[in-house]
Amino acid sequence: MRFVIGLPFLWLGLFFLLPCLLVLAIALGTNAPDSVPPVELGLSFKSFALLFSDDLYLAAWLSSIRIAATSTLVALLLGYPMAYAIARAAPNRRPLLLMLVVLPFWTSFLIRIYAWMGLLADNGLIEQFLRWTGLATNPGTILGTEWAVHLGIVYAYLPFMVLPLYATLEKLDDSLLEAAGDLGARPLAAFLTVTLPLSLPGIVAGCLLVFIPAVGEFVIPDLLGGTETLMIGKVLWDEFFTNGDWPLASAVAVCLLVLLVGPIAIFQRNQARSLERRT
Amino acid sequence: MTGRARFAFGMLAFGYAFLYLPIALVIVYSFNESRLVTVWSGFSLKWWQALFANEAMLDAAWLSLRIALVSATCAALIGLAAGYALVRAPRFPGRTLFGSLVVAPMVMPEVVMGISMLLLFVGSERLFAGPDRGFLTIAIAHTTFSIAFVAIVVQARLADFDRALEEAAMDLGATPWVTFRTITLPLIAPAVGSGWLLAFTLSLDDLILTQFVAGAQSQTLPMRVYSSVRLGVDPQINVLATIVVTVAACALILSGWLTRRKV
Repeated sequence: MRFVIGLPFLWLGLFFLLPCLLVLAIALGTNAPDSVPPVELGLSFKSFALLFSDDLYLAAWLSSIRIAATSTLVALLLGYPMAYAIARAAPNRRPLLLMLVVLPFWTSFLIRIYAWMGLLADNGLIEQFLRWTGLATNPGTILGTEWAVHLGIVYAYLPFMVLPLYATLEKLDDSLLEAAGDLGARPLAAFLTVTLPLSLPGIVAGCLLVFIPAVGEFVIPDLLGGTETLMIGKVLWDEFFTNGDWPLASAVAVCLLVLLVGPIAIFQRNQARSLERRT
Repeated sequence: MTGRARFAFGMLAFGYAFLYLPIALVIVYSFNESRLVTVWSGFSLKWWQALFANEAMLDAAWLSLRIALVSATCAALIGLAAGYALVRAPRFPGRTLFGSLVVAPMVMPEVVMGISMLLLFVGSERLFAGPDRGFLTIAIAHTTFSIAFVAIVVQARLADFDRALEEAAMDLGATPWVTFRTITLPLIAPAVGSGWLLAFTLSLDDLILTQFVAGAQSQTLPMRVYSSVRLGVDPQINVLATIVVTVAACALILSGWLTRRKV
């Protein structure tokens, strides 16, 4: 047993915990472009000060949170009815319906985002479609706008929304709804007072599973967004790879973690509680 | 069917269309004659030939496959140990830290994990003159973030496991190791197997973490795809996408079959 605990403990301590501490250490260093690696260790808060004083970074934080939040909401509005329909389908059909939701997750993330590049491109199929239906006579290019980023996030993370929602909706006891109906509740009232509150753990889990990765997303804003789309994951990437400012990139990483500690803690408490309920 | 159910099934159909139409179009356009993905100009296999003649892409694919094989196997072993410890060792010093260490990589933003692991490898290069960045560092990074996924699948499987079977074996005189090998392991093997498949897929697909720790010499498949896609649409990527989707569908069916053979 000692080995069984020791092996993962050692591995994760060395390759996960230690690196996280290193990020903090580097974030407190200063940028030294001429040395290799370009960092001078120390105890300076210059990088953090820069993050909080420069409007660019503040704008990037705010728009990351805004884009992640609206995309999460859209994913919820689309994912909830989907999960509901799967949970109400005949039991022998559910595994197939569920598999169809999960399958895209098993194909390459990068390729799924790539798929939208062609669709949204200048004169791409979406534009042609919009013109053909007459919905918009001159829609303009969608690729490179925030619309495209939202679309990409909803598309990429929809399975993460549907799965936890399905898990709670599937366990829902039908007799509760019947009871509500017998007591005179109309379908909408029954849904709002019975189904919705009971599926709350699934809503929380699904929303956080979309929101948390979306905030730090890099590939989607990079490939689908334009130059004016600011997201914090892209800022970190550019500071690191383009500007070579390691302390500043590390400081962004530290702030991103601090920002996400709250949502992650809520997620884990939510998971622990539903696990308890199961046993 | 009630109005609500009709609405829900309508949304379900819309959701599937939303999920699959872009993929379907990518597959269709891999057989397009034209270079443009906006115009259909006739059936052609020339992009398929071009991809299979693309040495750089094939080398990258081979590297990715080897890394995925190694990291999925390491992650399956360590994840099995972690999941087992989480269920069967309710109390030991550092249990809370252990629990959060196991799941944290799953919720950690990938850019943060990427930068942190690169800093570790740069540090070890300075202190111990190694390891060189490339195959080994990528495999270590992929293993680290895949452990969580294996551990969770194993944990779920062990949670609804009939311990009477193990107790019976022990009562009949089996040592703990023999019990684990002949009773526990065969029963949780499907979970380890689907965890391995998940780790394998995650490794094959990872871009961000890899880009940070890869060094100058190694180019994995997603890195190649990314640098090609950044410049615009490329029909060879459509071909690659068709292959990936086909393989993924097969893998998922296999994994579903593995987990369904429960009892």
